[in-house]
Amino acid sequence: MSETFVVDARGLSCPQPVIETRKALEKHSGGPVEVLVDTVTSRENVARYGESHGWKVAREDTEDGFKVSFTR
Amino acid sequence: MKSINQVLISRWGPAVTGAFVGAAASLLVFFGNPGNMGICVACFTRDIAGALGLHRAGVVQYLRPEIPGFILGSFLAAFLSREYQPRSGSSPIVRFFLGFFAMIGALIFLGCPWRAYARLAGGDWNAIAGIGGLAVGIGVGIIFLWNGFSLGRASKSPAWAGIVMPLAAVALLALLFLRPLFGPEGTGPVFFSKSGPGAATAPVFIALGVGLIVGWMAQKSRFCTVGALRDLIMLRDGHLFSGVAAFLVSAFVVNLLLGQFKPGFEGQPVAHMNHLWNFIGMALSGLAFTLAGGCPGRQFIMSGEGDGDASIFVLGMLVGAGFAHNFALASSGAGVTANGMTATVIGLVFCLAVGWLFRIKMD
Repeated sequence: MSETFVVDARGLSCPQPVIETRKALEKHSGGPVEVLVDTVTSRENVARYGESHGWKVAREDTEDGFKVSFTR
Repeated sequence: MKSINQVLISRWGPAVTGAFVGAAASLLVFFGNPGNMGICVACFTRDIAGALGLHRAGVVQYLRPEIPGFILGSFLAAFLSREYQPRSGSSPIVRFFLGFFAMIGALIFLGCPWRAYARLAGGDWNAIAGIGGLAVGIGVGIIFLWNGFSLGRASKSPAWAGIVMPLAAVALLALLFLRPLFGPEGTGPVFFSKSGPGAATAPVFIALGVGLIVGWMAQKSRFCTVGALRDLIMLRDGHLFSGVAAFLVSAFVVNLLLGQFKPGFEGQPVAHMNHLWNFIGMALSGLAFTLAGGCPGRQFIMSGEGDGDASIFVLGMLVGAGFAHNFALASSGAGVTANGMTATVIGLVFCLAVGWLFRIKMD
């Protein structure tokens, strides 16, 4: 299993978290990729993008927001 | 209640919200709001600017209760679901001027994206050029987004920071009900139109109720009329666009039922037939909204959630509305003004410069 690639999208406004997620998922198409966000809106937008592009998506609460994990 | 919220946060949320907003927009015209202007975020913000004396265009002054309703509905929805999250710091002063110029563009066209769709659903074909301009403005914004455009990161604010906009909304409602009059001419400091669009008003409690419900629904569902086209073009994602589609259908159907559908170009309420400037005005708005991350309705909703940057944006819209009328930039039924064209070009230069210059380096 390759090393997890982490995207820190905390504090970015819509739609930048999704754009950064897309770039990361295209670059690391085998996964796993983790995206850090700090609003429920961003969490759901990012997760929806992954789910509609064939990724297994897991959401997790963190101390200052959420972590969305993408695996194949 | 819980099951309604479940629907609103599901994939059907934007469509359900859009259907409600569209129907409400047509019904509010029936109840007394101006033609094809049952709900217009830009026009209503402009009316509030007039009511507060920020401009003295006597025909567009009214403390529209829908707007504070949006903020308070969103605040309550966010607070109860623990999504109330005060945050700010993403280039606030740039956002102020994006809001300022978004308003200038909207008042060239005479409507925000919500009203552009409401006008189309009422048969005002002049809206088509505006919606075309909106799409082009959003398209230009997308090019900047793909090239790394960002206004920078926001960070958490103290918990009380997010309460300021809901309190301001309560203050607006207090002024609406108390109607203080101690100005020099026996009027003001709050002004209410005696004729024109500002005097066309739905009953206060209906307007406020719709505002609260729309604020609630849009907070849950993230309904956004600019994000709709943006995500559709940029990500082939129709999630938010379903909201706009539902808005158009329900507004059209309710207009038809109420005899409010009057197709044509001429004689449309609060509209002009300068297609070129309808297009350019909305292109400016679309670009400004895209750079700021959402349509004007969405900005008000986010300001209710505690987003200080969105709050600055809507304050920019409010001040922009004041300037639009004081400097004779706003269009009227008679058409576009020369000053308005100049201001639109300045706004486009500003937004293009912001889109080009502001980038964030991701690690």
